[in-house]
Amino acid sequence: MTDVKRETAESAGFDLFGVLARFAPLIFLIALMIIFAVLEPRFMSSINLFNVMRQVSITGLLAIGMTFVILTAGIDLSIGSLLAFAGLVAAAVAKGGMQDRFTVGEGVVGWGWELAALAAIAVGVCGGLLQGLAITRLKVPPFVVTLGGMSVFRGAALLFAAGGPISGFQPDFTWWGQGKIGPVPVPVIIFLVAALLAHIALRYMRYGRQVYAVGGNPEAARLSGLNVNWVICSVYVIMGFFAGLGAFVLSARLNSAEAVAGTGYELTVIASVVIGGTSLFGGVGTIFGTVIGSILIGVLLNGLVLMNVSSYIQQIIIGVIIVLAVAFDTFAKSRRRKA
Amino acid sequence: MTDPQPLLKMTGIAKSFPGVKALDGVDLEVAPAEIHALLGENGAGKSTLLKILAGAQSPDRGTIAFDGQNVVLSNPQDAQKLGIVTIYQEFTLAPDMTIAENVFIGREPGNRFFMNWAKMAAETQKLTRRIGLERSPMTLVRDLSVAEQQMVEIARALSMQSRVIIMDEPTSALSLAEVEKLFRIVRQLKSEGIAIIFVTHRLEEVMEICDRYTVLRDGRNVGAGKVSETTIEGIIRLMVGREVNALFAHREDSGAGEVALAVEGLTRRRSAHDPHATELQDVSLSVRRGEILGIAGLVGAGRTETARAIFGADPFDSGRVLIDGQPVDIRSPRDAIKHGVGLVPEDRKQQALFLSQAIRTNLSIAALDRIDRFGVFVDERKERDLVEEYRKLLNIRMASPDQAVGNLSGGNQQKVVLARWLALRPKVLIVDEPTRGIDIGAKVEVHNLLFEMARKGIAVIAISSELPEVLAVSDRIVTMREGRVTGEVMRADATQEKLMTMMTLSAAGRAA
Repeated sequence: MTDVKRETAESAGFDLFGVLARFAPLIFLIALMIIFAVLEPRFMSSINLFNVMRQVSITGLLAIGMTFVILTAGIDLSIGSLLAFAGLVAAAVAKGGMQDRFTVGEGVVGWGWELAALAAIAVGVCGGLLQGLAITRLKVPPFVVTLGGMSVFRGAALLFAAGGPISGFQPDFTWWGQGKIGPVPVPVIIFLVAALLAHIALRYMRYGRQVYAVGGNPEAARLSGLNVNWVICSVYVIMGFFAGLGAFVLSARLNSAEAVAGTGYELTVIASVVIGGTSLFGGVGTIFGTVIGSILIGVLLNGLVLMNVSSYIQQIIIGVIIVLAVAFDTFAKSRRRKA
Repeated sequence: MTDPQPLLKMTGIAKSFPGVKALDGVDLEVAPAEIHALLGENGAGKSTLLKILAGAQSPDRGTIAFDGQNVVLSNPQDAQKLGIVTIYQEFTLAPDMTIAENVFIGREPGNRFFMNWAKMAAETQKLTRRIGLERSPMTLVRDLSVAEQQMVEIARALSMQSRVIIMDEPTSALSLAEVEKLFRIVRQLKSEGIAIIFVTHRLEEVMEICDRYTVLRDGRNVGAGKVSETTIEGIIRLMVGREVNALFAHREDSGAGEVALAVEGLTRRRSAHDPHATELQDVSLSVRRGEILGIAGLVGAGRTETARAIFGADPFDSGRVLIDGQPVDIRSPRDAIKHGVGLVPEDRKQQALFLSQAIRTNLSIAALDRIDRFGVFVDERKERDLVEEYRKLLNIRMASPDQAVGNLSGGNQQKVVLARWLALRPKVLIVDEPTRGIDIGAKVEVHNLLFEMARKGIAVIAISSELPEVLAVSDRIVTMREGRVTGEVMRADATQEKLMTMMTLSAAGRAA
């Protein structure tokens, strides 16, 4: 029967494009590292590489959350603002409350890093939950909701900070951003552990299956008995969690929190996820890809800095890369359709 | 009256799609000032023929002559230039623009940069008056009734100096009074010398308004002639005349058990949310354990709407659903699944499959309860066993469970969808067009699978547009038309002719 013939032909055909598309980010990363290593010897020093990883870990944490969101064909533009707001709240808690938040110097004990971390995460989760509810209950597209959120949380951050940064924390707080375990910076460990957990959730848990299903075909997911609204709402909560965690780590690393923190992060983070092979159309992508994508962006920016390329040009490059990555994704999608 | 020179003459039109011969040497002749009925079952080739005539598709073979001249219609503009205009079942109007803008869309009067609103409004008014649409040209299309929107479509056709107007199921969304009004307009167009090609499933309307007819079946002409010289029964015979395929075997008589699912008085009014869905009016039916209930009906009869309402995919206004004699409250597919009801939807690519994802995850998504560990993890080994179980049972031909489901043939994709529901071990399974777009071998396999499910005691509801299929798989058949149940017959007493009559004649038509 023709049916049988067609099937075997498909399975026998080695899908070179598929393999290339899957490993493209990794190949691109290695190529980029070789280029930088040749052009700029300082790039390959272990100090620089750990430095790159330390920088990557903040946007990387956000990119992990963003992967969940984009897998459902959503988007979150509010993360930079939410991160700033959560960071300020955490900083104020670390300082011991609203009255004492601007007190700098010795003798300020505050409420401890544990409460600070919890506060940052709580702010992130609540922010994500609000946006998830607006998307699923009010039926407003994610782009619009989170564009609004971007403005709301930035405004809240500016209001909360009342003009100045909050800085000077206890060493046990700043350890989470500046410390090391052996030679490895703590933020890098947090990033990698979070990536591992997210990978397990998406790859091995029922929840992950639901995320892929809702992103792949929401109508089919609904008709398969999934609670589509619940799943969509949940990914924004997860995004919020990672925005809060990122805020805590960033404040610890900088020993300071300010209202303009995280400006423009949304673009870097979305670029990381998309370059890592997650489709903006939903239903396709991996955490592994996102980790590679985040490192790729980090290496690129670091290399450009080492080569004294102006930060304005870096912005241009990021913008171009995100468009090219999406163009590639569209092309890959049309190939999947044809298959 | 001797036939005048035909205005439109299509000869030997053939068109194939991968795996399907849609048209195989079809002729169609339409005279000026003639209302010509183009008839046939779903899938007979009517739509393909109309698309060729509209320039939307090119025939593989055959010639089209217009006014005695051979013409090539390689795009819709070519057809429009000749004055061939199609009014589709789903209108192509922009709801937030005015009547005038819709009538002249793309051809606005004026100069290169500005359009002449006054002229456009005046011209529109002339056209709408001509067909009796009493609305200001500046009314938004959104504010019009379905019938009025159709008149805007007709006005647009007239504005293009049409000589042939093709109407695809023009009456399916209209009330009786609106149909009468439409017929007056159609007769007026005829008196102006315009030829109308009228596609409809309502044969009474053919008898009432059409002059001549052409019947297609399986992509070929099976009859043509003057309406005055035939009867509804004669046309039905032509439409279904094919032999019931020997491959479609019946099963031995089932021992049907208790009523598993009953629907009482299901009613769904038209909603702004989904204006093209058929309204359901007092639909009642039941299916027993181990029984296959067929639902037959033409496009727009409300079969799919009934299935989706039972499954909780769409809301309904009144009526109730009983499972094992107990009324149940099903508000979402989730609820339906909890009560043991499954639905294989009519469009597997849009409504069932995650095309870019693995066969494995597609198959298990609704039955994760069967393969989880600690309630939260998916046990991949159990999952692979599950896939293997159903691969064997359904004879799914695949390279590996990790292959993307989109790479499978239609028949194997459908088997994956069926496997998804079987894995849930349902009490009631509704299958909507279970063999649409799959080849004949796979069709037979799917039929055998339905028999197997019934044998295991599942109550099966099978919806199909193909009468031979309904006759082959069902133990009992319910027919629907325009959102109502119009009859019920045991398989032993059913013939294609009988079903077609039950499907096409309205209650009013039979009473008269």
